[in-house]
Amino acid sequence: MSQAELPPMRLAPGVVPGRLTPDQLAANFVDVAPPLDRHEARIAADRCYFCHDAPCITACPTSIDIPLFIRQISTGTPDAAAMTIFHANILGGMCARVCPTEQLCEGACVRMEAEGQPVEIGALQRYATDGLMAQDAHPFRRAAATGKRVAVVGAGPAGLAAAHRLAAKGHEVTIFEARPKPGGLNEYGIASYKAVDGFAQAEVDWLMGIGGITLRHDQALGRDITLEALQAEYDAVFLGMGLGGVNALRATGEDRTHVLDAVSFIRDLRQASDLGTLPVGRDVVVIGGGMTAVDAAVQARLLGAENVSIVYRRGQDRMGASRHEQDHATASGVRLICNAAPVAVHGNGAVTEVEFAYTVDGPGGLTLTEDRFRLKADQVFRAIGQRLDGAPSALALEGGKIAVTGPGRTTLDGVWAGGDCAAGGDDLTVTAVAEGRDAAEDIDARLTGRPVEIPG
Amino acid sequence: MADLRSTFIGIKSPNPFWLASAPPTDKEYNVRRAFQAGWGGVVWKTLGSEGPPVVNVNGPRYGVIHGPDRRVLGINNIELITDRPLEVNLREIKSVKRDYPDRALIISLMVPCDEDSWRDILARIEDTGADGVELNFGCPHGMAERGMGSAVGQVPEYIEMVTRWVKKHSRMPCIVKLTPNISDVRKPAEAAKRGGADAVSLINTINSITSVDLDLFAPQPTIDGKGSHGGYCGPAVKPIALNMVAEIARHPETAGLPISGIGGITTWRDAAEFMALGAGNVQVCTAAMTYGFKVVQEMITGLHDYLDSHQMQLSDLIGRATPNVTDWQHLNLNYVTKAVIDQEACISCGRCYAACEDTSHQAIAMKPGRVFEVIEEECVACNLCVDVCPVEDCITMRELELGEIDTRTGLPRAGYANWTQHPNNPMARAAE
Repeated sequence: MSQAELPPMRLAPGVVPGRLTPDQLAANFVDVAPPLDRHEARIAADRCYFCHDAPCITACPTSIDIPLFIRQISTGTPDAAAMTIFHANILGGMCARVCPTEQLCEGACVRMEAEGQPVEIGALQRYATDGLMAQDAHPFRRAAATGKRVAVVGAGPAGLAAAHRLAAKGHEVTIFEARPKPGGLNEYGIASYKAVDGFAQAEVDWLMGIGGITLRHDQALGRDITLEALQAEYDAVFLGMGLGGVNALRATGEDRTHVLDAVSFIRDLRQASDLGTLPVGRDVVVIGGGMTAVDAAVQARLLGAENVSIVYRRGQDRMGASRHEQDHATASGVRLICNAAPVAVHGNGAVTEVEFAYTVDGPGGLTLTEDRFRLKADQVFRAIGQRLDGAPSALALEGGKIAVTGPGRTTLDGVWAGGDCAAGGDDLTVTAVAEGRDAAEDIDARLTGRPVEIPG
Repeated sequence: MADLRSTFIGIKSPNPFWLASAPPTDKEYNVRRAFQAGWGGVVWKTLGSEGPPVVNVNGPRYGVIHGPDRRVLGINNIELITDRPLEVNLREIKSVKRDYPDRALIISLMVPCDEDSWRDILARIEDTGADGVELNFGCPHGMAERGMGSAVGQVPEYIEMVTRWVKKHSRMPCIVKLTPNISDVRKPAEAAKRGGADAVSLINTINSITSVDLDLFAPQPTIDGKGSHGGYCGPAVKPIALNMVAEIARHPETAGLPISGIGGITTWRDAAEFMALGAGNVQVCTAAMTYGFKVVQEMITGLHDYLDSHQMQLSDLIGRATPNVTDWQHLNLNYVTKAVIDQEACISCGRCYAACEDTSHQAIAMKPGRVFEVIEEECVACNLCVDVCPVEDCITMRELELGEIDTRTGLPRAGYANWTQHPNNPMARAAE
């Protein structure tokens, strides 16, 4: 682009909208991993060895029978492949887009050992699930009505997975969702380019097609509803409300203007109808080392921020974001700075600089050195983790989350929990789905005496 | 330096790679391109009698079997002999041979089963300059319904009779092309030899239906809702062809009869295998139809390098494996091997385990960490694990030393002994 064509705000200081033209924004936010076409899927499927007791299945938190669904693709029955996936993971469509496959199924693929290139399991899963979801009818049918009613708190991955499984087994489900839209982090918490074209809502609509699920939005636990009331009214309760709170930096000056939570930025971006109206800094600093940090940093770049840095307090190998995500960030022009912790946010009203101390991650824990540096910043995003806020006091906690045993049983009889709000497991969409599904099976077994089916 | 120049029944060619009589050799344009690409010889697609040529279907004439990545493993065809006028073919053959005198040019023939027809066609081809004729007694479809092709090849007496006519009415070298659609390929080979054939070529295509259209409920290729069996060729038929070549090469009645090997030859290695079993040269079709004529260049360099690395000439290769083809009863029952898994090369897919555990002898243990190990006490050395392992040379077979205990039987490995000497064999000859 020539200088004359630069949008007027391209390099403007401060936090301003319109750094890029609408065309540039549209190009920047296209599908980050475009779907495979039929030919590509066949080629990719051919590479699967159909391993015995396949390590990819073991690596999948939802235990999808991956060799089976890939064989179904390669034999020309992608809808059967999709059903193999959905039986284990009803949000297989979103997981195909957002799973850190390089750490899960693809990381375990024997082709990694053989030639360092795994079977493209995520892309194949998307191929199969997209095809079936594009068809009119919902593919699952409900069992005969049991007359049992189950309350699900939170319409995120855990709650949706639990609700679908419960509905399939003939129970009546009511989901209480605090926000205006369902989907949880699928809708509000992941980078836009991972789930383009409103996929999160389309997936929820498709999932709800099973029937028997009532969604009540703007219903927050502790604000609009209470656990006691749910326990009294329903035969069982599943809690999957996620983590509503955001950790603080504990750096001085954290309250200056334009110091924001990364999750808020990601949420606002996902909900924006016109990305050109979203303000973004010219010099952006993201503090943290997980997927949220990467999603925020990359999207800040894509909105037109000139300089974006991710600063992480420990070594690169400790970052929560996968190597693939890190590479995506650096390829997008994001600078990764490791072993540096924020000590002060400087500025006069609005942030102008962030001061960091280099760290040493030793056997005694993380220590800050006296060696300091400052990064120019007109916008700062905190991405240092989330926490559970306002958990019902009747529930025992563990590490700040709801304590559970087995398939999500809390310390209260008749109350289950899963997803990010429950202790244990990685905070991943796919883990949440597994926990919601398994809790639903346990709830069903409790309510009806039927045996548990896991997975599928 | 190995010399690939070949002389087959007196016909010289710069290499032993000929294109078989088939769609690629139907006309001058293709044959010139083949020679430009480096093919040593061409068997011109089968000519019929003078008069209105045969006609072909106007729908699909090929069906296919695919492997992974749509790799062509086998093709089936329902094409007939040339559908171009005899005069045109003869003019073109003459023109090509004039420009490529160093290449072998053989004319494939198929005419009705009477002496006059054969005498007439032989007279017509006399002045083309072609190096020889190949009698098409193999085509299994269409022409066979009219009493030609495999209809002749399936009756040894007819083979002998026609071959005799050809030798009587022509001085050209004569190759008899055999059909595999018979129970014992040695019988037609014997007949060809009795009739005076200079060589046999095999195999022609195998009767086949490649697939069924599950919407039309019709065999493929499908012509207006119907299908007919066709002739199967390509890599899938190679094992069948190799066996038939070996049977003729080692049969006392036909041993020494020159053989032109045909059947799924795709690489230099395939060609070398045919020649090792006794073929004096090879003919190729499906590989060219799949990849174009250029494949011959890999065959030339590959065979060349192989011969050089083994310090052999082409003549050293031909028939070198034939003495090692034997009957089952002569196999050494005291030869004992055990599977060995190279843990460094293993990628832990577990296919060896699934195959052995589910379908063989439960001789592979799956240990924690996806470590797969052979249980020698159970291993019968069936080789299935080697066959299904995706990593070449990851699983190999170790031969036990003489005297070494086979932990499966508890017996030391003994010297050579076969079924004819085995105590379980009621027909075994007594040692005394």
